[in-house]
Amino acid sequence: MPSANYTREIPQRYRLEASRCVKCGQVHYPPRLICPGCRSRQFETVALPSGGKVVTYTIISVGPSDFAAEVPYALGIVELEGGVRLMAQIVDVPPEKVSIGMPVTLEFRKLYEEGKAGIICYGHKAVPA
Amino acid sequence: MRDVAIIGVGANPRWGELWGQSLRDIFVEAALAAIDDAGVDHLDGMYVGCMSSGIFTGQEHLASLMSDYLGQKHIPATRVESACASGGLAVKSAFLEVASGYRDIILAGGVEKMTDVSGGEATFALGTAADGEYEGYHGATFPGLYAMIAKAHMARYGTTHEMLAQVAVKNHANGMLNPMAQYRSEITVQQVLNSVMIAEPLHILDCSPITDGAAAVILCPLDMAKKISKKQPVKIAGVGHATDTIQLAQRPDPTWLESTALAAEAAFKMAGVSRKDIDLYEVHDCFTIAELAVIEALGLVDKGKSGEATLKGRTARTGDIPVNVSGGLKSKGHPVGATGAVQIVELTRQLRGEAGERQIAKARRALAQNMGGSGGSAVVHILEVA
Repeated sequence: MPSANYTREIPQRYRLEASRCVKCGQVHYPPRLICPGCRSRQFETVALPSGGKVVTYTIISVGPSDFAAEVPYALGIVELEGGVRLMAQIVDVPPEKVSIGMPVTLEFRKLYEEGKAGIICYGHKAVPA
Repeated sequence: MRDVAIIGVGANPRWGELWGQSLRDIFVEAALAAIDDAGVDHLDGMYVGCMSSGIFTGQEHLASLMSDYLGQKHIPATRVESACASGGLAVKSAFLEVASGYRDIILAGGVEKMTDVSGGEATFALGTAADGEYEGYHGATFPGLYAMIAKAHMARYGTTHEMLAQVAVKNHANGMLNPMAQYRSEITVQQVLNSVMIAEPLHILDCSPITDGAAAVILCPLDMAKKISKKQPVKIAGVGHATDTIQLAQRPDPTWLESTALAAEAAFKMAGVSRKDIDLYEVHDCFTIAELAVIEALGLVDKGKSGEATLKGRTARTGDIPVNVSGGLKSKGHPVGATGAVQIVELTRQLRGEAGERQIAKARRALAQNMGGSGGSAVVHILEVA
């Protein structure tokens, strides 16, 4: 990933910044330029809460090469308090102990290294609450 | 709009690891077969569906490449892309061009050359159909996304591993009767369940394979078809096309494929027919759970009842709603850009009565459903004997 691409995603990746539609109140993650609910283009930046629960998940046994050292890993959809859903790995728990409905908290973690000379990519992972 | 007919269909003799043939060879072979089948001496235009020739083979600009190598230099040609729904989208695009009256004889094809790269690179190329920055970044793979759909389906509806496996068993049994199928081998539920795990609960035998292949159809106005073709014309009676969020996480119900439901609704409305009028279905079984979720979204069974219907044999070749008589993506192979086109090839052969051992008796009307990504796009066609 070129560094420009990486850098511009930092507000949402590092700080979980989302856009809240000023007109209808819907919160979008990642931030959008037009609200799919009411087509408004006015937003305010809000930070997402870190608590939520697992909506669904899988245990990846054959992963992309950047994640070769991680397999098997649990990856799921997490619904945060307030209703925003996002994808995240579920860690600090044996993958076979993960379950749908499990309460989790998002924590800032290292996700992968971009090859030997590349940048280290950070983001959020879910851990048991 | 003018009525539109399919007058020619073609594909490679057999799909699979076609190491001796290049991207252009594979497409031209299928397109020439369609041209010969139609008996036409020229094309007025063409559409090529392809997902990712740039990553798979380092080649873009297929509109020019393929029209030139097909011996049709200078015709207007267009490449279309909607991930694994690219082939279906090519057919829809050609349909619109003929229906509108703009041009008469249009070829719609699809192609993907997937085995020139390693498995890891192919996985990367396919992964570009997901949201790279918010799914791929976290380690999502395509089997992983469908596995999340499967987990949610199992938790909500009690769908079992055996129900998933039965989709693969059924489609392999169907593929045994299809000479072009990549994997012509019968498998058992136990073999599926014992095969290596890719993304829980999906084993490798729950997944469609990596495949080289192409397919093409020739469309023209129905009035013209009756004059220029000796074959039974097949009318495109309904066309539906819809999109959804690219991210699985942003759908209110991960088990529900809204794009497929909307595309089907539009196609049924246009054709003026209902589900009981359809004799067979070709659907996008890129993973076993995909076929289950698709037949629910198409309204063939109630929500949550697809696994049970499959176990009971309702979707088998001999069942009351035959699904993927060709062997589906699972057995026939899944060259991603070509899949939507070959579904139309298969159904045209069925409606002409040319499907050999796998022929569904007295088939008059059929439906094809082609899907991109984890359901971010879907194209549905309803075909009928004209």
